[in-house]
Amino acid sequence: MDARLLALWDALTAAGIDPEREARLRRELEGPMDHGDLWAGPEPEYTPGVDVLRGVVNSPYAFADLTFLQDMAQPVVSLTARLGTLDDLMERDNQREIDGFPRKIRIGKLVKPGKGGTSKVRVVPTTVEEKFVHDSTLAAPDEGGGAGGSGDGEEGEVIGEQPVRPEQGEGEGTGPGGGDGENHEMESNAYDLGRILTEQFSLPNLQDKGKKRSLTRFTYDLTDRHRGFGQLLDKKATLRQIVQTNIALERLGQGQEIDPTEFLIAPRDRVYRVLSKEKDFESQAIVFFLRDYSGSMSGKPTEVVVSQHVMIYSWLLYQYAGQVESRFVLHDTEAKEVPDFYTYYNSRVAGGTKVSSAFRLVNEMVQKENLARDYNIYVFHGTDGDDWDSEGKECLPEIETMLGYVSRLGVTVAENSYGKSGETEVQKYLEGSGLLDDKKHLIRLDVMSETAEEGRIIEGIRRLIGQ
Amino acid sequence: MQLIDQHTKAIMEGCKERARDAGLSFDDQSLEYVVTNRDMIELSPKVMIPTMYDYWVNEVEVLKGQGKYELYPGNPFETVINTRPAISFYNDNNPDWLNVMIFYHVLGHIDFFQNNLYFRHTWDDDFTGQALSDKRAIASLRSEHGRWVDYLIEFARSIDNLVDYHGLLSCLNRPTCGKRSNRLDYYFDVFLQDEKKVRVNAYVQEIERYNTCMRTHGDDGEAEFFKVVGNKYPEFVALFEKAGVAHPRQGTDVMRFILDHSEFLNREENAWMKSVLQIVRNTSLYFQPQIRTKIMNEGWASYWHETLFMRDDRIGGHEVDFARVNSSVTSMPRVGLNPYALGMRLFEFAEDAANKGRYSQEFLGLLDSHQRRKFDRQTGLGQEFIFRVRENLNDFLFVNMFIEQDFVDLNKLFVADKVMDEQRMVWQWYVKSRKAEDYKAMVKEQLYHPPHITVDLDKTGEDTLFLTHKFEGKPLVSDFVHGTMLGVEYLWGGKVTLETTEVKSIKTPDTPPTLPGMAPEPAPDPEIEWQRVRYTMKDRKLSKGLI
Repeated sequence: MDARLLALWDALTAAGIDPEREARLRRELEGPMDHGDLWAGPEPEYTPGVDVLRGVVNSPYAFADLTFLQDMAQPVVSLTARLGTLDDLMERDNQREIDGFPRKIRIGKLVKPGKGGTSKVRVVPTTVEEKFVHDSTLAAPDEGGGAGGSGDGEEGEVIGEQPVRPEQGEGEGTGPGGGDGENHEMESNAYDLGRILTEQFSLPNLQDKGKKRSLTRFTYDLTDRHRGFGQLLDKKATLRQIVQTNIALERLGQGQEIDPTEFLIAPRDRVYRVLSKEKDFESQAIVFFLRDYSGSMSGKPTEVVVSQHVMIYSWLLYQYAGQVESRFVLHDTEAKEVPDFYTYYNSRVAGGTKVSSAFRLVNEMVQKENLARDYNIYVFHGTDGDDWDSEGKECLPEIETMLGYVSRLGVTVAENSYGKSGETEVQKYLEGSGLLDDKKHLIRLDVMSETAEEGRIIEGIRRLIGQ
Repeated sequence: MQLIDQHTKAIMEGCKERARDAGLSFDDQSLEYVVTNRDMIELSPKVMIPTMYDYWVNEVEVLKGQGKYELYPGNPFETVINTRPAISFYNDNNPDWLNVMIFYHVLGHIDFFQNNLYFRHTWDDDFTGQALSDKRAIASLRSEHGRWVDYLIEFARSIDNLVDYHGLLSCLNRPTCGKRSNRLDYYFDVFLQDEKKVRVNAYVQEIERYNTCMRTHGDDGEAEFFKVVGNKYPEFVALFEKAGVAHPRQGTDVMRFILDHSEFLNREENAWMKSVLQIVRNTSLYFQPQIRTKIMNEGWASYWHETLFMRDDRIGGHEVDFARVNSSVTSMPRVGLNPYALGMRLFEFAEDAANKGRYSQEFLGLLDSHQRRKFDRQTGLGQEFIFRVRENLNDFLFVNMFIEQDFVDLNKLFVADKVMDEQRMVWQWYVKSRKAEDYKAMVKEQLYHPPHITVDLDKTGEDTLFLTHKFEGKPLVSDFVHGTMLGVEYLWGGKVTLETTEVKSIKTPDTPPTLPGMAPEPAPDPEIEWQRVRYTMKDRKLSKGLI
């Protein structure tokens, strides 16, 4: 434990904490203490001399003649074919809801975005056909587990090692020739996901703050003028031009009677309007994504939070055509800004929790860069609700400062399953502060369980950014 | 998709002759198509049956993983389709010698489809033709009822694994099934004894009178007999109807039961829905035997492609190529289960054992291992024996009967299990057991087995459909209960209840730490406590209660 953490810990224990909370905090402290790349994981180390096994297939049904005997590759459905049906599928799904049945299409796997700003999200319309089937993960003992094997080896002898994570180019559990269509995935950018999400919500409280960047895409309008030729004759401007010309030619003097039939008209007098690309100037926005990456966030809560933030991020990319600036902040007991979504998404959890650190950092950034003057500022914060600062003594003032400039602060609490529902510290002190009611238009809190499904996560976004 | 060329077809016909000489039997006609990747895109969602009905789920990536093969009993990449004539598919760039081998493999499958009794109900129809008419029927219904047809398909498919396939088979293989008169049974077993409580003397007289009627009137005897009964007991007809045995309600086939007894489906305006259900039900029944004979079917085909191709003169010059392809298909994996390899070895083992006369009382009575090893009666009946096996067994029986210690030892089989080494990020696979019973249990665990859910006739009333799940050691996938019951409620048109077993609590005993240098300690099995629960779906809302 470093000195700073130790000091924090001493201060906390000196103030006295109940044993249950102490145990929880200890767990965070005893966990790994470094933030690495979440998904990279350590490389497998094989024991020399032991076979490396890959792709163990133990279901007889994973095999089929065409792929196994005839060695045919599994066909990959073309991207365009899939894309064409995406809208139909979504429409069909909406109709289901109207007809009184739950939605059935899930908009897909959210796979980590690429490094260095090439944010890629895989959108695969997926569904599942529900039936009564046995759950083989929960079986009574003595049901005959394990896999088949053949060859030499004493009972108890290790005969092979398999990497825990499938390696690149190796589908998970892919059968011979791949019996399971793992490769059908359509890769597309966040755009598609955003397109689907965009029908569901828009940014709240947008205010006019300078005209530096546009939030919408270009519009086309007959605004430019062109003399001589063009698409639409601007009669008024043309007449004015003719009058000018004739004055210059002294065919029209002051006090003279005007006879329009006597006017000379030069070809360049005709003024036309032409179609032109216009930037639709609107307010600009900056979005801060804040994520708790303390030890207690390990596993599901992180997944929920990052999935939600991926969705918000994708939606912003689509809706505002990449014109929204995004900033990413991670925190445990200290906060730091990270350069891109990739790092934000993939950093491994460790350490203790101080929510206030993140808000403080954002406040500092906003002040230092004077962002509040030019931007609509949105802050989305994801946490599991644990906070060492259990009463929010440090956090609440920071939030109040923040509410002075933000257009919306959305806090997502993905509750850990080991805690009591509705009892997390963040939720308690936020609710206790009265901010959620007093400044309802500026701050929203959404609490869901760490096992929340995609539908719930989308619903959560709607709550966070709803008007 | 196009037919293979004449040259290749001639090769196929040659293969047929040699296969017939070896004892296989199959129809003369067969259709062979060349498939390209493009065809596969269209065919694979339809389980290689080009005329299958359209359904939107086929256009979507379907989430798989857990229970994948339980959900989808047909593998989308099969080469041979069990239709009349049988259809098979070939890669367009197979060399001739490889085609010969594949043809033998295909003929093995066709022989299996057309002789194994579990396929009995598919023998009389051409499924592609039937599927085509189904496809047209669904298309025309869709033009009339739009998206509701798709809901119907969806709901019907949600219970298409509860179709009592074995009940259908037992009817087909029992010629007397359905011939005995319910009326007669009711009259003698219930009416006379329980209702009228007639004396033994009168009872015997009635039997005698029945026998006389049958003797004098032949086939019309029963009708003559009941004419008198009608005069004597005018209330008989009404009582018989009331007893409900005229149309016996059977609860083993959930889908059939809903079709017959759902008040909602039997409304006149909903008659079209029944045809959708029928189509889904028939399609499901068609696929049932295929998944229940995977190991046998692949084993049988592999046995024959190897046997026949080795004898074939066309192997000349391609012995090494064949050896390479064949071994990649039929070798036992170090860890894993390959149905081609396992099935083929089981057939070979059974043939050898039958040749030695080991399936006999004499051999089974031997306890001395030396004598058992040397036991050989040279009966020469091995091949005949495996032909009977291919006719009468399915995977479960096949595995259950022939995986024995001799087989496991001969092929050096074992059950493997894995433990995770977190430090090194590897799974360590180790030999868990070399006992035949463990190996058998492991294979059985992999076999397709839909849950045993039946209609509880006593608790099913006018408005409530009561389903009972017989617990066999595994709970149902709880995520799917809501969606499935929603569909059943729609089809039934009223409240639906499901009684099933769920996990009450799981206790995981502590894993003893692995000492360095020692064999990994397998994680102890968690102790699971079960409880019986009852789900009720009413007005599209699901509730759950303990029993």
